[in-house]
Amino acid sequence: MALEVQLEKKLLDFELNVAFTASEELLSILGASGAGKTMLLRCIAGLESADRGRVALRDRVLFDSGQNIRVPVQRRRIGMVFQNYALFPHRTVAENIEFGLHELSREERSARVKALIERTHLKELAHRYPRALSGGEQQRTALARALAIGPEALLLDEPLSALDTHLRSQVEAQLQEVFSTYQRPALLVTHNIEEAYRLGERLLVLSRGRMAAYGPKEEIFRHPPTREVGQLTGCKNFSRARMNADGSVEALDWGCRLRVNQAISKPPAYVGIRAHHIDFLEARAGSDASENVFPCWLVRDSETPFRETLYLRLQPHGQEGAYDLQAEVFKEKWLRFRDVPYPWHVRLSPESLFLTPE
Amino acid sequence: MDWSPVWISLATSATATAITLIVGLAAAAWRERHSGPALAPLDGIFLLPLVLPPTVVGFFLLLLFGRHGPLGQLLLHFGATVVFAWPATVIAATVVSFPLMYITARAALEQVEPSLLQAARTLGASEWRVFREIALPLAWPGVLAGTILSFARALGEFGATLMIAGNIPGRTETIPIAIYFAVEADDIPRALYWCAVDVVISLALLSGLYYWTRTQGFGHARRLAR
Repeated sequence: MALEVQLEKKLLDFELNVAFTASEELLSILGASGAGKTMLLRCIAGLESADRGRVALRDRVLFDSGQNIRVPVQRRRIGMVFQNYALFPHRTVAENIEFGLHELSREERSARVKALIERTHLKELAHRYPRALSGGEQQRTALARALAIGPEALLLDEPLSALDTHLRSQVEAQLQEVFSTYQRPALLVTHNIEEAYRLGERLLVLSRGRMAAYGPKEEIFRHPPTREVGQLTGCKNFSRARMNADGSVEALDWGCRLRVNQAISKPPAYVGIRAHHIDFLEARAGSDASENVFPCWLVRDSETPFRETLYLRLQPHGQEGAYDLQAEVFKEKWLRFRDVPYPWHVRLSPESLFLTPE
Repeated sequence: MDWSPVWISLATSATATAITLIVGLAAAAWRERHSGPALAPLDGIFLLPLVLPPTVVGFFLLLLFGRHGPLGQLLLHFGATVVFAWPATVIAATVVSFPLMYITARAALEQVEPSLLQAARTLGASEWRVFREIALPLAWPGVLAGTILSFARALGEFGATLMIAGNIPGRTETIPIAIYFAVEADDIPRALYWCAVDVVISLALLSGLYYWTRTQGFGHARRLAR
């Protein structure tokens, strides 16, 4: 009852090489632009041909290079939502949704279209042309059209990236609503870390065509398997690391000794911490008794609407503009300690620090 | 006054345009799907009638369709001769108008967003349905423009027609040919008369067609495509 994918395809400057299985779940595929995400979806849908590999959906083999099986796009029964939605401009919303149903009788067709239009909240827009729809409405039409054929798997290529920020969370909620009733494999490709995390149960991180990480999202975010995955999932702070004999970790770039609460099998190459996990101690309570607490100096700061990004140095002096840590704090907190005299004190909690073997 | 050149010209142009529309569209659609350097000479061949002098085209057609030509021989088997008969005017007009149809239809088909065709395929549509229901309606403005150009070219065809259809009053004598032979016979009033008729017909047909396509398919489809 799953979608099994194992594909190899030579691309312009790297090779796409993935192997994964999606059961009845939404699997997020996260990667920077040009990582091969769209190509992966196109190969699964049958719009592009992979060089080697196998794609099976439930009990149907859709592609098998060994047995020379290549089921054409038309017969794969995989729904696809394109990045630009690819709505037919000369057909109304209802006619777009109806397109994949032409083998059904007229009655069945209109019943199916009606049900889908209600499910995706498009009732008032059924007779509009795509050009008269907002981005979110176009996205819902594209989703309804893909669902109309009763697809055995659904592929979504950056379904939210074409939308304005203020629309996104609303459309995302509607997407989630539809997915809660779609009990089949779905792959969602995105370059947005938060979108990937919120929508998917599990996560596949793609980097230059390879699977850099694959598994439950919480695990990947808490303990990224490599520094690269840490960076791809939004972690800003990394230092080269060396394990000391007493079990503490020497952060070579930051010039400090850390205690880390993570059992690892391989010796660590890097230690990392996310920007919002860096804790500022407003009053230096307990002074030296507190572990992983270090004095720091502000190099520069930058403002976002609700948070302040602080670039910090762990030594009183250093090269112009160079910093060790990037921290993020809520504005309220920042306003409270911005006028405290240097050095400030940060705590890198042993639970928030993580180690990667490469 | 014998009005037969008018009817012959109109019947020839209409028939030639209909054939050109189907064949040109088919060639453009086929070429749109099949690319590769091996097929590049084909484009040259398709466009050749546009650049060659009509006399050269007419001479080739004569060699092909004449009594001893390969196609002429074939037709003779079925008891048909096309040269110096009405079908020859249609053949000449079709061949010279084909490049215009091909070139415009192909450009129009290339303009259709590929993701729309791909989306249609993922929805289970056959290649024929993708073409008929997505590609063609979206390329329609361009195809119509090609049709108008083809009709105009067919209506003005002279050289190739003269080579393979000759000048048989009531059968192959189109307006341009009637004008040529009127001038040749020093019948200036008659030549002027046919020239005026030709101008009036062309003007009426083209402006009418152009207006119609703008308000109907052309402008409408273009607004939709936006």
